[in-house]
Amino acid sequence: MERLDEPIRDRHRRWPAVFDALQSVSGLVLAVFVLFHLLFDASILIGKDAMYAVSRFFEGEYVFGRPVPPLVSLLAGLVFAVFVVHALLALRKFPANARQYRTFLDHKAAMRHEDTSLWLVQVLTGFALFFLGSVHLYGVLTQPGDIGPFASADRVWSGRMWPLYLLLLPAVVVHAGIGVYRVALKWVPHLVSANRDSRTALRRARRWLIVCYLLLGYLALAAYMRIGIEHADQAGERYAPAAAVSPVSGIDGPPRRIP
Amino acid sequence: MTGVTETGRMLRIQVLRFNPQSRRSRPHVQSFTLQETEGMTLFIALNEIRETQDPSLQFDFVCRAGICGSCGMLINGRPGLACRTLTINLDADIVLAPLPVFELIADLSVNTGKWMRAMSERLETWVHRGTEADLSRLEERMEPELAEQLYELDRCIECGCCVGACGTARMRDDFIGAVGLNKIARFRLDPRDDRDDAAYYQVVGDDDGVFGCMTLLACQDVCPKRLPLQTQIAYLRRRMLVRGARRSS
Repeated sequence: MERLDEPIRDRHRRWPAVFDALQSVSGLVLAVFVLFHLLFDASILIGKDAMYAVSRFFEGEYVFGRPVPPLVSLLAGLVFAVFVVHALLALRKFPANARQYRTFLDHKAAMRHEDTSLWLVQVLTGFALFFLGSVHLYGVLTQPGDIGPFASADRVWSGRMWPLYLLLLPAVVVHAGIGVYRVALKWVPHLVSANRDSRTALRRARRWLIVCYLLLGYLALAAYMRIGIEHADQAGERYAPAAAVSPVSGIDGPPRRIP
Repeated sequence: MTGVTETGRMLRIQVLRFNPQSRRSRPHVQSFTLQETEGMTLFIALNEIRETQDPSLQFDFVCRAGICGSCGMLINGRPGLACRTLTINLDADIVLAPLPVFELIADLSVNTGKWMRAMSERLETWVHRGTEADLSRLEERMEPELAEQLYELDRCIECGCCVGACGTARMRDDFIGAVGLNKIARFRLDPRDDRDDAAYYQVVGDDDGVFGCMTLLACQDVCPKRLPLQTQIAYLRRRMLVRGARRSS
């Protein structure tokens, strides 16, 4: 509740601090979420059963004894909310008009300074994420049950979502990688000044994080595309884990259609 | 010239020239060619050009030793001090332009003083005391470590390089830049200054102040005095967040 005796000027002046902190916190939350999300996605590289187990886990099957897809919707809704808050706050920092864009582009070209140039990359990837991220999140929000080795592969290939993921992956990984680096420098004193090597180490960590996650993400996407191509004729059919189909032999049996 | 050894390299120095005071002046790039000598700085090169080729060339200097901060300019697009830049560390083709953001006097000369004064008045960068100082008494003692910290931040020469290198300051006219934030960090440390964080928040607690900084770090990378600007800004941001998130008492 607002205090009536508090000067209006002070009440309004609080927001820049809150906005700045909230932008960093929301960005960090999203970055951590994305890093884990991509790891879980990449479970397809271990095998269909591994990915199946991960998807069932997030549908709460190991807790409720049956899949509860609304749980996925709930998580997607929360992430969507943080995403919107972060985008709204980040908009404050975007160049506001053509003159500011022109000035910054000229400045960047003249300076040839890595951290200045990377800010523009963050603006551009952030702008792309307004659209790419929203499409992806809306899909998960409204079709939470369509996550699994075949369901996801069918969405990627037969649902023609792979071009979106081809663009979404670099946008989100690069944006998150640069963002985490910048948040660290923004709030942690002595990260650069005390020891210039620490910035070099941070930059190296940022580069490795981006390269590794891009590699992992594209390998996983390629795997989903391959499965999607092979499964195109039976698109819509759900995956059944090997143990459920051929419990005796323990090997992959023919997938069964789940009603 | 006696005692000067030529390096054998010819320098081509291109200078962006314009005098806003003259109605006939139009912005243009003028090329000068001169023989590089050992230990030549851009300050020496510009003086030689002015003495031997074009006496109308305008640029500022006072100390020639990186102390006064007068000779800040864009050297191949990046801010730096002419007197601290050895030509041997640059390509033979050198492009010079005045520092952006500041009012142009002419050619490479800009009015950093006007900007710095406005910033200083806006942030009130002087010691605020509730009581009148007694000049007949010795000053209160201060721990040597604290005095050292203050001295470290006081090394800022207000050359304007950090402002010219800052993408935020280039885009947003009212942003106070690293020089202003560093000054607030300095007075915040000073026990002789009676201001509390609420008072500092009033002057830097917004998007034109510490929360407008986008951590591009060019300020720290070009600072000729190698001031720990990232540390100061990060520290100030945290302190101002604590103050800003709290309700006024």
